[in-house]
Amino acid sequence: MSDSSLENLPKGWKSVPNDLGSDQTAFKGVQWGKAMMWIFLLSDTFIFSCFLISYMKGRASTVVDWPNTSEVFSLDFMGVPVPLLLIAIMTFVLITSSGTMALAVKYGYEKNKKMCGWFIFATAIGGLTFVGMQAYEWSKLIHEGVRPWSNPFGAGQFGSYFFMITGFHGTHVSIGVIFLFIFARKVFRGDFDTGKRGFFTTMKSDYVSIEILGLYWHFVDLVWVFIFAFFYLW
Amino acid sequence: MSENIEIKKNKEKSTSTHKIGIYLWIWGLLFVLSFFSYMVDWYQFQGLLRWSLILFFMFLKAGLIMAFFMHLFWERYTLVNVLLWPMTAIACFVGLMVAEGKYTVFTRLIYFVLGE
Repeated sequence: MSDSSLENLPKGWKSVPNDLGSDQTAFKGVQWGKAMMWIFLLSDTFIFSCFLISYMKGRASTVVDWPNTSEVFSLDFMGVPVPLLLIAIMTFVLITSSGTMALAVKYGYEKNKKMCGWFIFATAIGGLTFVGMQAYEWSKLIHEGVRPWSNPFGAGQFGSYFFMITGFHGTHVSIGVIFLFIFARKVFRGDFDTGKRGFFTTMKSDYVSIEILGLYWHFVDLVWVFIFAFFYLW
Repeated sequence: MSENIEIKKNKEKSTSTHKIGIYLWIWGLLFVLSFFSYMVDWYQFQGLLRWSLILFFMFLKAGLIMAFFMHLFWERYTLVNVLLWPMTAIACFVGLMVAEGKYTVFTRLIYFVLGE
């Protein structure tokens, strides 16, 4: 659907019943891949919500004290334990990579191949750094005796929720990093300028793919915002 | 033919982007808000103050990411509505599980502690 016909449609709240009741495309002016990514992210939101809600329920119903997260996740910096230091750095790294991704999307739409490619590459490096720090955090806790069934700090449920939630999020980041590297290569090769057909699809490449990839990456950052608040800070 | 040209023109128009300033502003804000939420732990605020500050910064960050980085602010209302209304179901689920959690801890205290 082209923009000129979009402009003739009702705007604001009136557009909702109009768009949905038209027996045609519901998401007008939204590329189908983008709509599908949003639907996927919605379902992913429900999965992560179920994890966080079960964590809330488990933590609320245990009669043993919950481990003090700012002590468990503290890191020695020049001999002084700094609470949540690694988690804070991870948060800043992920936000930085989210920012570079937003700029990559912007430069993609401006068809600035070089800038777009480098910003996607920077995003991938940020994601890789995050996964690396998470691997360090996991091995540190495992060395300290944290297991899914018990830990030396407090309530036994702590370990299972920690490994489940951060592991599932880390998997998302890892998959994102793989796709970021693939897309950086595609951008540098000029696939999106020439409209080269993709490996899995016969459809022509378009810079809207960068925005779709960006949606996924921002979602990973969004989930971390909630994990950081509920699991680490609460 | 003229229709094709018009569509092509429109396609070019639809790829118009937002100014770089808005992204840098949001980026900076996210950094500041993350710093503040880290400070909540640093100064060891406790109780209601801690929880409300955590939630406040969390929702502000989530809102900024969704509205500007994920472009929801500029999307058509239908997509925004389809995405955001299901969140009320999650809120209901949270409410149910808070009640359930309270009941579980109550029965555990009764049987584990008082039962001994």
